[in-house]
Amino acid sequence: MTTFLTILFDGVAYGMLLFVLACGLAVTLGLMNFVNLAHGAFAMAGGYICAILVNRYGVPFFAGLPLAFLVSAAIGFVLERLLYRHLYNRPHLDQVLFTVGLVFMAVAATDYVMGSSQIFINLPPALQGQIDLFGIGIGRYRLLIIVVCGLLTIALQLTLSRTRFGSRLRAAVDDPRAAVGLGINVPWVFALTFAFGSGLAGLGGALGAEILGLDPHFPLKFMIYFLIAVTVGGSSSITGPFLASLLLGIGDVAGKYYVPKLGAFVIYTMMIVILILRPNGLFGRTATR
Amino acid sequence: MAWRERTGIAASLHDLSRWRWGEMLFWTLALMAILLLPNRYLILTEIAWLALFVLSLDLILGYAGIISLGHAAFFGVGAYVAGLLALHHFIDEPVLALLVAGLAAMVLGFVTSFLVMRGADLTRLMVTLGIALLLRELANRYSNITGGFDGLQGIVMAPVLGLFEFDLFGKTSFIYCLVVLFLLFLVARRIVHSPFGLSLRAIRNNPLRASAIGIPVNRRLIAIYTIAAFYAGIAGGLSTQSTALASLDVFSFERSADLLLVLVIGGTGYLYGGLIGAVAFKLLQDVLATWTPQYWQFWIGLILVVLVLIGRERLQRWIMWGPERIKGMFDRSGKAAAAGEKSS
Amino acid sequence: MTLALETQGLVKTFGGLTATRDLSLKVERGARHALIGPNGAGKTTVINLLTGVLRPNSGRILLEGADITALPAHKRALMGLSRTFQINQLFADLSPLETIALAVSEQRGEGMRWWSSLAREASAAAEIEALLQRFHLADVMNVRTATLPYGKQRLLEIALAIAAKPRVLLLDEPAAGVPEAERHDILAAVASLPRDVSVLLIEHDMDLVFSFADRISVLVNGALFVEGPPDEVARDPRVKAVYLGEATDA
Repeated sequence: MTTFLTILFDGVAYGMLLFVLACGLAVTLGLMNFVNLAHGAFAMAGGYICAILVNRYGVPFFAGLPLAFLVSAAIGFVLERLLYRHLYNRPHLDQVLFTVGLVFMAVAATDYVMGSSQIFINLPPALQGQIDLFGIGIGRYRLLIIVVCGLLTIALQLTLSRTRFGSRLRAAVDDPRAAVGLGINVPWVFALTFAFGSGLAGLGGALGAEILGLDPHFPLKFMIYFLIAVTVGGSSSITGPFLASLLLGIGDVAGKYYVPKLGAFVIYTMMIVILILRPNGLFGRTATR
Repeated sequence: MAWRERTGIAASLHDLSRWRWGEMLFWTLALMAILLLPNRYLILTEIAWLALFVLSLDLILGYAGIISLGHAAFFGVGAYVAGLLALHHFIDEPVLALLVAGLAAMVLGFVTSFLVMRGADLTRLMVTLGIALLLRELANRYSNITGGFDGLQGIVMAPVLGLFEFDLFGKTSFIYCLVVLFLLFLVARRIVHSPFGLSLRAIRNNPLRASAIGIPVNRRLIAIYTIAAFYAGIAGGLSTQSTALASLDVFSFERSADLLLVLVIGGTGYLYGGLIGAVAFKLLQDVLATWTPQYWQFWIGLILVVLVLIGRERLQRWIMWGPERIKGMFDRSGKAAAAGEKSS
Repeated sequence: MTLALETQGLVKTFGGLTATRDLSLKVERGARHALIGPNGAGKTTVINLLTGVLRPNSGRILLEGADITALPAHKRALMGLSRTFQINQLFADLSPLETIALAVSEQRGEGMRWWSSLAREASAAAEIEALLQRFHLADVMNVRTATLPYGKQRLLEIALAIAAKPRVLLLDEPAAGVPEAERHDILAAVASLPRDVSVLLIEHDMDLVFSFADRISVLVNGALFVEGPPDEVARDPRVKAVYLGEATDA
């Protein structure tokens, strides 16, 4: 029983991390109908920024996280204004090729600058080890992930449903042309949202360095997971990818424990099966325009 | 109908599929490479099976409009089947083994084609990628069969048709791959200029109207997807047979992505795009690899980004005036487009 | 006598919106039947239901007596039900020659042939030639469709539907957006359709409707409002009211 709970706990942590990472991608896809395969590169950037700040410059870990968010968001903003926005109306193939090119560049550049070995972020002692809760050993770091990601999710949901920006965003997602007609500055909404999504990815990368392993090939290795979360969850809301991420996180951890011979096989099979049954994702449309 | 009697419509229709002198030039050059470039057989062989691989992707992407990130799945299956057949001496004769490898890939293609028909672009992308990665996982896990990360090693190839030994210089490999490429190309060319091929182009342009005139869209797509899988499997088999190696990276995402890049360089929808793209890509890769051996991927990425930003159409107009003329030599639609643009 | 096309109690809803209400439309053999109605009445929805682009919530559709309600679009086309689209739905990269050749080869059942070239038989080539001539497309037959002028595209749109040798033809606003100069070609093409082909025409151009139709059905809010021969419908005050609003006197 305790093993099961531990697996559940680890799975939830992993799932929520996936969600934070995938969230920006879901919004970009749902909002701009843009297939951004380079999303993982922003995550990697955040992870490396945090690592450099914490390891080399002694910045406290809890400060490193928001900084990772901000730097990744800034990079996202700049790239969106300079490059991405020219491709919104291009066919999906062009978007795929473009972002794949960006990934290749990012991977090679990171390899060149930072070396190709895996990098670790020095965690503060408070986050190392486990605490004992009802007889279950709960990893402190994983607990942090659940707490941070949980708060983020709630904040996101509240922003989307309660604030003016949120309603502008939802309007722009539903119908960009009508939104422009209402006076909503759609390009700004896109730019800010893209930046925010990239920032979240960066935060996720920093948080995930400990669990997922951070090296220059991170975007390629994990891109498939973000894409799975978004495709399976649908991109018309954030609850879809949230639940999908949880499902995938638990499925992956459980799969690797109970059927280690097959490992990631489980996650891919789950995705394929779900997509066969519901091609638009579990909860909604996925890039139908 | 004897050629003298062809007039009007019949002549125009025949014109659509007639061999252009550019095409004949291409194959003549390919043939001459056997005699003129004896110390480049290895790279020429790579170009040959890569060209076949890209050709298979062009069939589904350029003609039918299916974007696949997992085409490497079929290549990989073909590669491993051919490798295993040779390694364990199940089938020694290469041509036969190649056919079996192709058929294995074709079966996988047929089975997975149903998955690919459902959903929008992104879903298709994910399903195709998922299948390729799934196979990679399987190959990794069952490393006792597949050799895991090291791949299949120690393959010794028997002579082609029992007559032509694989030599150290790669001459047999090259001629073998070139012949297979040419034969399969001829078949692909027939398909593309047939009513079936035309229906695929119609489907790519407007699936709604295609079904409104009686075309069973899904069935046609499944057919071409299966054929393309066969071609990709043959390409995989050729790669194993010519290098006597098969490893996990045949299933990799990078392999599928490189493939898209090759097709983009060469152009889609006229068959020669894959062939020309393969030549260009390999040469580019060769140059880049000697220049920056570790980080050539960066330059490939940059080229991809720049290519897409400039846009294939604009690029074709500015820089590729020459190649566009060549394309016009290969294909009717090039001329039609030029004529259309002048008259409108 | 079997009806060419018939619907029985056809219903289509989109969420809370009922686009088609209990529609029972009858199109006779050899009819020149027009379907008119104000904007938003649901005329194109009816065409989409008839051709299989949309699935009805309930009701049946019969093509020459055969129940086609469950058949996919392409099967209906092969059974002789053809349509044109209000907004041109053509194959942008293909030329008119290729487009018509495609339709002809599909109609002859040669669509799956992968080994032979297009229209190898003389009869096929002759068919293609006749169609191209009839729709004034012979002079542009090798031009990429996307670069054709609108009038020619519209002619191709209709030619494509007719190339399939339909038994029932649904025309969705064939003259829409066509410049005055080229309208004549469209109208002539529509008028020259063989008598054994049953035609259901959706149009807003009342001149075309009254010169073409021998029976008119008026669709309002997804239901049949008034039906009958043209002069009856033209005189009916309710029809005027529905088009112009509740204008009572002058």
